[in-house]
Amino acid sequence: MARVTVLYFASLRDAAGAASETLETTAVDLAALYAQACERHGFALPLERLRVAMDGEFARWTDAVRDGAEVAFIPPVSGG
Amino acid sequence: MSRFRVSDRAFEIAPLRQGLLHARAGAFASFEGWVRDHNDGRPVLGLYYEAYVELAEAEGARIVEEALHRFGAIEACCVHRTGELAIGELAVWVGASAAHRDAAFDACRWIIDEVKARVPIWKHERYAGGDAGWLHPPAALPPGSVD
Repeated sequence: MARVTVLYFASLRDAAGAASETLETTAVDLAALYAQACERHGFALPLERLRVAMDGEFARWTDAVRDGAEVAFIPPVSGG
Repeated sequence: MSRFRVSDRAFEIAPLRQGLLHARAGAFASFEGWVRDHNDGRPVLGLYYEAYVELAEAEGARIVEEALHRFGAIEACCVHRTGELAIGELAVWVGASAAHRDAAFDACRWIIDEVKARVPIWKHERYAGGDAGWLHPPAALPPGSVD
């Protein structure tokens, strides 16, 4: 079990109804963590269209969920 | 001054240009992204940008530093707005100085292209019809493709 803070941005934040949430998870990796978040919040964006960051750095979907980490799901960007 | 920063309010560009002056630089090129009154054929009333600031500034700084190495430019920087912007307002500024113009133009162009592709900043537009939404454009190439 890991305790993580998840950050939501843009349309994910609108769907989640919150900019962040802290939760306990048994997800083995970041992909599984996103799958759980999708179940909870009904996100329309599939994993293939997102990137993921952990503790302020881009991470891989296969990275293990680190206890105490801050995870951000990055929907397709539109800056500039 | 950091090479890439996010600003939640209007910023002055003269000091940014000043920061790129260098005795070895014979060329300077800049890009300004302004808020346009239309997108995809729809009239836009206004927009706002949201950022994952910590990662945006880290990734943006990496992009600017990469540009300096890639093109041999002397110095460069980029500032991107967040928050509410009206038509005509400055959304993003990029400047690059180099010994000669090729590197200045190339670095400037490359930085804005990479910022648009990589930095965690999102645009939310409001349209004349009354609807509004986040822009989440499809990737230019499928993941794993070779450019």
